[in-house]
Amino acid sequence: MTDTVKSTSPTKPSVNYARQFERVALLLVWALTIVLFSFLIPNNFLNWGNFSIMFASYAPAALLALAIIIPLTAGDYDLSVGATLTLSASTIGVLNVWQQMPIGWVLVIVLLMGLGVGLFHSLFIIYFRVPSLVVTLGSTSLMSGIVQWITNSSTIGGIDNSLIMAAVGYRLFGIPYAFYYALGAALIMWYIFDFMPLGRRLLFVGRGREVARLNGISVNKVRVGALCMSAVLASAAGILYAGVLGSADPYSGLNYLLPAFAAAFLGATTIQPGRFNPWGTIVAVYFLATGITGLSMLGIPLWVTNVFNGGALILAVTISQITRGREASDIG
Amino acid sequence: MIKQPDQSTQDPATRPGARPVLPVLSVANLSKSFGGAKALNNVSFDVMSGEVHGLLGKNGSGKSTLVKILAGFHAPDEGGTLHFNGEQVQLPLKAGEGRRLGMAFVHQNLGLVPSLTVLENLRLAELTKDGKAFISWSAEKAAARQALTRFGLEIDPAERVDRLTPVQRALLAIVRAFEEIEAARAITGKPGLVLLDEPTPFLPASGVAQLFELVRSITALGSSVIFISHDIDEVMEITDRITVLRDGEQSGELARADATHEKIVEMIVGRSISRQPSRKPVAASFPVYARFEALSDKMLQPSDLHVGKGEILGLTGLIGSGYEEVPYLAFGARSGASGTITIEDGAPFAQSMLNPAAAIERGFALLPGDRHGESGVDSLSIVDNMFLPDIGRFFKNGFMRNRAMVREARELGAEYEVRPNDPGLKLSALSGGNAQKVLIARWMNRSPLLLLLDEPTQGVDVGTRQQIFAALRKAASEGMSIICASSEAEQLAEICDRVLVFARGRICDEITGERLTKEGISEACYVSAGPAPNMTSTPRVA
Repeated sequence: MTDTVKSTSPTKPSVNYARQFERVALLLVWALTIVLFSFLIPNNFLNWGNFSIMFASYAPAALLALAIIIPLTAGDYDLSVGATLTLSASTIGVLNVWQQMPIGWVLVIVLLMGLGVGLFHSLFIIYFRVPSLVVTLGSTSLMSGIVQWITNSSTIGGIDNSLIMAAVGYRLFGIPYAFYYALGAALIMWYIFDFMPLGRRLLFVGRGREVARLNGISVNKVRVGALCMSAVLASAAGILYAGVLGSADPYSGLNYLLPAFAAAFLGATTIQPGRFNPWGTIVAVYFLATGITGLSMLGIPLWVTNVFNGGALILAVTISQITRGREASDIG
Repeated sequence: MIKQPDQSTQDPATRPGARPVLPVLSVANLSKSFGGAKALNNVSFDVMSGEVHGLLGKNGSGKSTLVKILAGFHAPDEGGTLHFNGEQVQLPLKAGEGRRLGMAFVHQNLGLVPSLTVLENLRLAELTKDGKAFISWSAEKAAARQALTRFGLEIDPAERVDRLTPVQRALLAIVRAFEEIEAARAITGKPGLVLLDEPTPFLPASGVAQLFELVRSITALGSSVIFISHDIDEVMEITDRITVLRDGEQSGELARADATHEKIVEMIVGRSISRQPSRKPVAASFPVYARFEALSDKMLQPSDLHVGKGEILGLTGLIGSGYEEVPYLAFGARSGASGTITIEDGAPFAQSMLNPAAAIERGFALLPGDRHGESGVDSLSIVDNMFLPDIGRFFKNGFMRNRAMVREARELGAEYEVRPNDPGLKLSALSGGNAQKVLIARWMNRSPLLLLLDEPTQGVDVGTRQQIFAALRKAASEGMSIICASSEAEQLAEICDRVLVFARGRICDEITGERLTKEGISEACYVSAGPAPNMTSTPRVA
């Protein structure tokens, strides 16, 4: 909610500076990280080419993180987005490369498949009341198995060039289109979260299910919608992933899950602290990406990446909690 | 073990042949003030060994304050003393002190973990004790079996608590409390005390009998029981002596032999010499707005009631009597209910057709009693909470008019005197009274046709209470129908045109006109809970 900041000014002259700082803290840390790496890697780090590649290659991760925050806001976990991404990318490989199906049809099928995954989750989570953590953990394994089966555990190359061009071929300000798709998704989600009644309903369903129900909100419909949107967006992330890589990799998609969750929670400490919010998520994804890119350019071994992702998440959420003092956590 | 009434006053040492009897619990001059108000004023009583001591009083009589002092939640005012088996105990009671002395509490919610087994619940303290390297399950099981069989409870220790009947659960909690004081007794060698705080309202009559048997077997072993209940007949049946509190003061102590139903009611309710003339000497008549027929659920027997247009209808009764269900049933907020509803001259429809969304559509509004769990979301802003059911109204030309929403929230906040009136703050930043104003404003602003309230002024300060009453009266005078469920007779007497009194899931009295006073309502509650004509055939839980 952007209006809360503005609204406090007329009646409350004392502005809470700690809160104002909290909104931009992660942005500042991001800027500091960039400055730091520019000094450590004087020639190669700070150039537009490097950044434009980073912006494009982390676009699928950004979409995935955006997908996660929808059910998180409504109070459900979707751990299966990584597997949904892989399923989506692999299906593109199988249908487009092996079955020679035109790419347009393939994309429609893949997005519908995402909807199917969301409905499948909803059936168990809302109808049978199985905890979302359990259902989506199970479906992760389920979908990973299906991916291995349909791809024979092999990477499928040679995906339709138009998809690759649409993802990384065309550029605006030197940045491949992939990045703008993620920005577009964030923009639409911002609109829904902050400027549509649906966003408010989503929030109330997540924070107080019984309150929402007694105020006439159809809690189940909202939750089904959130789970479906999450799965569809994860499928879209899979499309983007296939476009960015130019191939369908049946394994690597799962590696995106934890960074995406890290970004979702990290993003909830910035822009609109205490709330899962799309712009905060985007900032968090690219802050993590900057760190990892810089570290890998310094020639630091691969394991540091994981340490960085996990460490940044725990540290940021902890600091955020400390600044709020004894106020109850908004998250989880 | 029945004590003679005069025993507490008689020096036990002078009685030949009798064991010297010290009171197990002896409190003297206990007072407690909150701000300027005295919730408890100079209360003194003794509980003898092997005695069942009844504690009676209306809501707000200071009963729960007393229990909380005994449990160590509240520090009493200077000057009060507490002796346990002759040993002076420092007040406020420290955590763990009660357990060391041999004092155990069974509160109404029983404090059991439903998803764990009987064994785990029963041996909770033992199983989680520090410095225990190894749990011998066979020994634990044997101990649990022994405890259960000692009181004749046929419960499988491996059964999950949520699969037990309500009676079994209550008995289990009491057995656990008793085991606790027995453990303390093994160390101190002195009798203990179990305090039962309203254990019976949700139990069927046969369960109550079973519970009393258990209480008797506890006192037979020399320990004491404090029994708190609203049900005068139960208190008369099980207790040896009765202490009655009224408005924070001790209004009397009675031996069971001297107690009659009427006497106790008089002590609980109190009779003011000059009865306040009622606000409305003649019952006003209202055209019927909503008629509920055969409305029922688990707690409520099929009941017929109606509310007039512009009428404030109060619902009350003792705890567990079913009155508190009505607002939720009328709003379609609970499943497993039945009945038919007729609005004005409309066609009757089944209660099961109603859900909160449909109820709001019809112009109903519900303010639940559980402010944090059902009414508002603490972690979200005042403005969002205020306009939760009308978010759609602020969506114009594709955008939420957030600024208009805040502006309107500030106006509404000013009208209802919300302090601080900053719509951007989280609801949790407000005091209980102010948060309640926000939530009442939410519904009043919609001008509902039927407003359903459950304990609307619980945890609300006196000033706010008056503001809320004024708002309700004004709305009613403009034609809003209001149903208010409350356990506070004073509040109902002040705002209602008519009050229905429930007992054992049925409407048993209708109060209008001159009887509509605080005393009249309280009295009706207790009289109604008196001996039912055929009590055995009246199940309290259907």
